[in-house]
Amino acid sequence: MEARLGRCVAAWCAGATGVVDAVRLSGGASQETWSFDIVHPDGNIGAILRRAPQGYGAAPARAAGLNAEATLMQLAYDAGVPSPRVLHVLQPADELGTGFVMARVEGETIPRKILRDAEFAAARPKLARQLGGVLAGIHGLDMTKLPELRGMTAAKEIAELERDYRSFEWPRPVFELALRWLREHDPGPPPETTLVHGDFRHGNLIIGPDGLRAVLDWELAHLGDPMEDLGWVCTNSWRFGEIDKPVGGFGSREELFAGYAAAGRRVDPDRVKFWEVMGSLRWGVMCGGMMQRFRSGPDHSMERAMIGRRSSETEIDLLRLLAPRSG
Amino acid sequence: MQDEPTPIELIKAVADFLRNEITPEIKGHHAFKLRVGINALDLVTRQLALQQDSDAAELARLKTLLGADGSLAELNRALAEKIAGGEADLQTPGLAEHLWQTTLAKLAVDQPNYGSYKREVGK
Repeated sequence: MEARLGRCVAAWCAGATGVVDAVRLSGGASQETWSFDIVHPDGNIGAILRRAPQGYGAAPARAAGLNAEATLMQLAYDAGVPSPRVLHVLQPADELGTGFVMARVEGETIPRKILRDAEFAAARPKLARQLGGVLAGIHGLDMTKLPELRGMTAAKEIAELERDYRSFEWPRPVFELALRWLREHDPGPPPETTLVHGDFRHGNLIIGPDGLRAVLDWELAHLGDPMEDLGWVCTNSWRFGEIDKPVGGFGSREELFAGYAAAGRRVDPDRVKFWEVMGSLRWGVMCGGMMQRFRSGPDHSMERAMIGRRSSETEIDLLRLLAPRSG
Repeated sequence: MQDEPTPIELIKAVADFLRNEITPEIKGHHAFKLRVGINALDLVTRQLALQQDSDAAELARLKTLLGADGSLAELNRALAEKIAGGEADLQTPGLAEHLWQTTLAKLAVDQPNYGSYKREVGK
């Protein structure tokens, strides 16, 4: 891998003499993430490769595709959204499949560390407002420059979640209640359709002691209601125990909304609540999907199996949203 | 009748061994996997201890709610269909309470440390 990466890097990074410390970080069979260092006389350059190896051309139906991800990340970087710089989009001559190389951004993505470690104590109170501003930046990206992306509406999202849930053939009265509620409260097309990141939450945000450093993983980017991103980042599944701080367990909706509004964009709190309910159902259905893949797929791992047992967490969150108890 | 120790006692002994004696020996990705494995064993012990009572209570509530007889799976399917069809909703007497009790019973097994669960059992 290092030899192939070294040949690739030599073609676009002037002065680079090779590649060291290539480590595979994560990913399934169809997509890989590698970390490596480009050896350079001016000092090594930390880099990340995100790629689909040859023979794994078909991305999941929801995925924007790696070339679109690279374009979005570069557009975001150019617009001042905290993002890794894209260094190179893979070409056939690289013989590395499809994908791209980006600059490695140092920082933390593990929620429990971000929420508990002293290192991030100064960043935590500022994060919700900062995330609001960053989302406004993403939603303000020039629509005419975007790559081709799926257009999504609330109605389409409800239909997709219902189809996935029904395919599990495991009755869940709480999910049925949520599906009904979502249909009855569908706010219709948004006043403005924008780029939506689609997975703006812990795990995809690199945080440093100074705050948000980079937004990652544009795989689920699409065109749709910008309030979806605000609702998703407030979903209880990303609060990691800090349930009274809706934004990622570190901040309030008011701070998130203030940061969004200060960047010149309008918040619709009812739509955000709608997408938060959708978010809980979506994560619950995704957990069910993990369970399916554990049973039927090649990844017969304990982790996947145990994620299947997390659907019930979203059921209690849905009940707290839709049928709150007093006391 | 099978002999003792019970499955709960056996699984708990294995989980405690892994937790107390193996965990300190393991580093890196395998330490993460080991933790997941121990969590799975703990979940199984909770289910073995709690499921019989919670299933019986859920079945009794479903029979009352639906005015019908059947297995837990059949009655859950019937309730799901009624909600999907709009024949039952949160105004239906007993439905919200049933969903709450059923969900709390699931969390008691799946994830008793989940923040929302800890808040709700305190009510």
